[in-house]
Amino acid sequence: MMEFALFLGCTIPARLNQYESSSRAVLEKLNVGLVDIRDFNCCGYPLRNIDFKVFLLSSARNLALAEKKNLDVMALCKCCYGSLKKADYLMKENASLKKEVNATLEKEGLKYEGRIEVKHLLSVLHKEIGIETIKGKMATTFKGLKIATHYGCHALRPSQVVGFDNPVAPSLFDQLVEVTGAESIDWPMKLECCGAPLWGINDRLSMDLTLKKLTDGKKSGADYVCAACPYCHIQFDKVQKMILSQRNMNHPLPSVLYTQLLGLSLGIDKKILGLEMNEIPISGIEELFAKEPELTEQKELAEKKELKKETELTKQ
Amino acid sequence: MFLSTSLYVALSIFGLGLLYKISTWFRYKIGIQSIEIPTSERFFSALKGILLTVFSPKILTLLKVFVLDALLQLRILKEDLLRWVMHICIYGGFMLLLLMHALDKYITVAIWNNYYSTVNPFMFLRDLFGVFVILGVAIAIYRRFILKVPRLITNAMDIYTIIIVAVIMFSGIFLEATKMVAYSDYQRMVNEYSGLSDPQELKALEAYWVKEFGTVSPNLKEPFDEKILAQGRDLHQSSCVECHAKPQWAFAGYGTARLISPVGLGVDRARLPSLLWYLHVLACWVGLAYFPFSKMFHMFTSQLSLLANSVMEKGKSSPANIATRQVMELDACTHCGTCSLRCSVAVAFDEIPNINILPSEKIASIKALASGKKLSPQALRNIQEGVYLCTNCYRCTLVCPVGINLQDLWFNVRETLLQKGYPEFFALSPLSFYRGLMREETVRKDYEKPLIRAREAIAAECDLMRKKDKVLPLTPTDRKFQGGLNLSAQAKTFSVCFGCQTCTTVCPVVGNYENPQEALGLLPHQIMHAAGLGLRDLAFGSNMLWDCLTCYQCQEQCPQGVCVTDVLYELKNLAIKQVREKTLQPMERK
Repeated sequence: MMEFALFLGCTIPARLNQYESSSRAVLEKLNVGLVDIRDFNCCGYPLRNIDFKVFLLSSARNLALAEKKNLDVMALCKCCYGSLKKADYLMKENASLKKEVNATLEKEGLKYEGRIEVKHLLSVLHKEIGIETIKGKMATTFKGLKIATHYGCHALRPSQVVGFDNPVAPSLFDQLVEVTGAESIDWPMKLECCGAPLWGINDRLSMDLTLKKLTDGKKSGADYVCAACPYCHIQFDKVQKMILSQRNMNHPLPSVLYTQLLGLSLGIDKKILGLEMNEIPISGIEELFAKEPELTEQKELAEKKELKKETELTKQ
Repeated sequence: MFLSTSLYVALSIFGLGLLYKISTWFRYKIGIQSIEIPTSERFFSALKGILLTVFSPKILTLLKVFVLDALLQLRILKEDLLRWVMHICIYGGFMLLLLMHALDKYITVAIWNNYYSTVNPFMFLRDLFGVFVILGVAIAIYRRFILKVPRLITNAMDIYTIIIVAVIMFSGIFLEATKMVAYSDYQRMVNEYSGLSDPQELKALEAYWVKEFGTVSPNLKEPFDEKILAQGRDLHQSSCVECHAKPQWAFAGYGTARLISPVGLGVDRARLPSLLWYLHVLACWVGLAYFPFSKMFHMFTSQLSLLANSVMEKGKSSPANIATRQVMELDACTHCGTCSLRCSVAVAFDEIPNINILPSEKIASIKALASGKKLSPQALRNIQEGVYLCTNCYRCTLVCPVGINLQDLWFNVRETLLQKGYPEFFALSPLSFYRGLMREETVRKDYEKPLIRAREAIAAECDLMRKKDKVLPLTPTDRKFQGGLNLSAQAKTFSVCFGCQTCTTVCPVVGNYENPQEALGLLPHQIMHAAGLGLRDLAFGSNMLWDCLTCYQCQEQCPQGVCVTDVLYELKNLAIKQVREKTLQPMERK
């Protein structure tokens, strides 16, 4: 069985529990073992604007903790992923930085030698588990569901550092969305930023960018936007709701987390997937399940017939 | 006389201190919501809240929390077994000693009317509880000074607590031991209770006590004749046994008595028992009088915090009660350091020497802040920076053994401090994401002020941005500034920029504006150019720097391989560092 150190970061446990619960459920179904390392700290992403050294130290400390356990890291957040990847890259490329960071980590009995890999949930699903395996576990599929797949900047770029997928014409996430039977639509702003990095710093600009992107998705015919990152999702969910009320607009493009989408087709209980925890309701998504396979239909018919017989019998 | 006078003095200080402390819970203000609520409203609101809770089904929650978290302290056990053993030893031992031994006249006697401190099980239990406390204190010292638990900082309050508890315990045990060896105490008891006058009998009893009870006699020495001992035993049975169990049961005192018996006569002659008695009693009085102002106060407040937090909820409980609870929580903090151990960003303290980064240390600063004490601008900014350097991950709140809602505390303090008008440069980072999500809970009209203020403070340091007509000398370039862009190798790449403007063309932020230069100042390619020319002011003073999404479109598409986003990152770091140094204390590296 594959095993990873699960890197949740700060945002998911504090503000997006449904992403954690749905991810754990999906990965359990796909036989991926998860190890929780309690000593993990901030990935360093929000600190990068402030102080490079603090960022690198925070990030590298996590890598060192995972390396100590000999585990590859799996991040659920794309910003965590990007930061950990960047730190991993720098620690491997830059010997003097590595020495400096390790000297500080040493005080806690830690060091990072670069023997592990950092992966995002999506790359694990696509590369380690594989589309075919996932297909084999499907309980039901969607039909006529149109998804605007959102890649997320920090997973795609800088490609030299992250190596997630082709940065100009990626397909990894589209394939993962389509395995559920949904259609991953073409939309011009697919690879643009969600706007979250500026939320709280320049809200007006952040809102402009988010709205532009979501409007584009809607115009291109999407029913839902789908993300696999807490920042992107919160931006598309809670922040979208704030934008709509502030700008007096209706008709949102609701956001579904990828693990919720996949979880539904894997037949995982929607309570565990936390569907009702999204700020903009997504419960309508279940109406787009493909019709039940004939076999079950026949079974139901047979049951109905029996019921009828029984009631007739009791009448007599 | 001395005993009662000193006790009343200590008790009145304790009582007044308690009243004073409790009054601060209603008077001190933390957070913008509490400013408008008068003390009287907070007081009556608390009374009402307590009554309504006690006479509602919530009482069951309170009982559960009291047993599991306050008495059994399961929240500590969840964190760390050794710490739980330590705390249960100190807490359990101390409370039981307090009830059974210190308040024996009122409690123990009332329950067991045959109570004597020198008979079993009381004699044994007293020593057992005392040893528990000493064991706990020893573990505390071990954790703090030998094991050196990460980020566990020891302050004066912690040292006082360890010392006062240790003094009370050791003086008690030594008092017991010296009384065992003291001949004059033995004689006093014989005179008062035995009614013996026959010298032969007196000698026999004394011999028995020297042999069996550790008394050090100036007249008799072991070994004794069997016959005498037998006679002594008989006398003991008739006169003493009712009030005196075998001293071995008081194992800590007896062990100590054995150790000091070679100097037993000197101990008695110097009247050490009475000296130790004064020390023991006075230490207890000092502990009592200082209780409301010391860490020991948490014996009371931590339970209150656990109970209050189990039934209060943001949005549902009245703002007046939340304001009161938040001040009370400051007194409930035991400075145990769990929050700092689990804090997501505490590791930043290794690079930025601001103690307020550590949650456990922030509390002390916030106490000073809440009390209305005049703090220097530098102290205020240090606290502000400390509360801003937080990813709002809630971990501190989840792990706090006394259930303090630290997350809400940080939020309130943050918003209050931001109103004071000092620029907070950390606000220009994604740490502000949470503040954006909580914007409805900030003072709406002032929400953007801190963000504007930080940008303005940086722009104020960039003269060139304001002198648009000034002709720029191209030599000599600011090599120091260029050389400063060296944190990661990526940032050095600005020098190969040939000005094709691809970065600016693909930038979604630039694309968002009709007239980008008006909104953003220098655009990405111009910033690369400014860096190349060493024009620090132009690079730092542009809004573009702070409005960068870090989406890496520019960097990905640069035909020259300039790491545009990374250069922007480093420029931000440098700008913050330089402006921060100018306006705050130097950001030294340790």
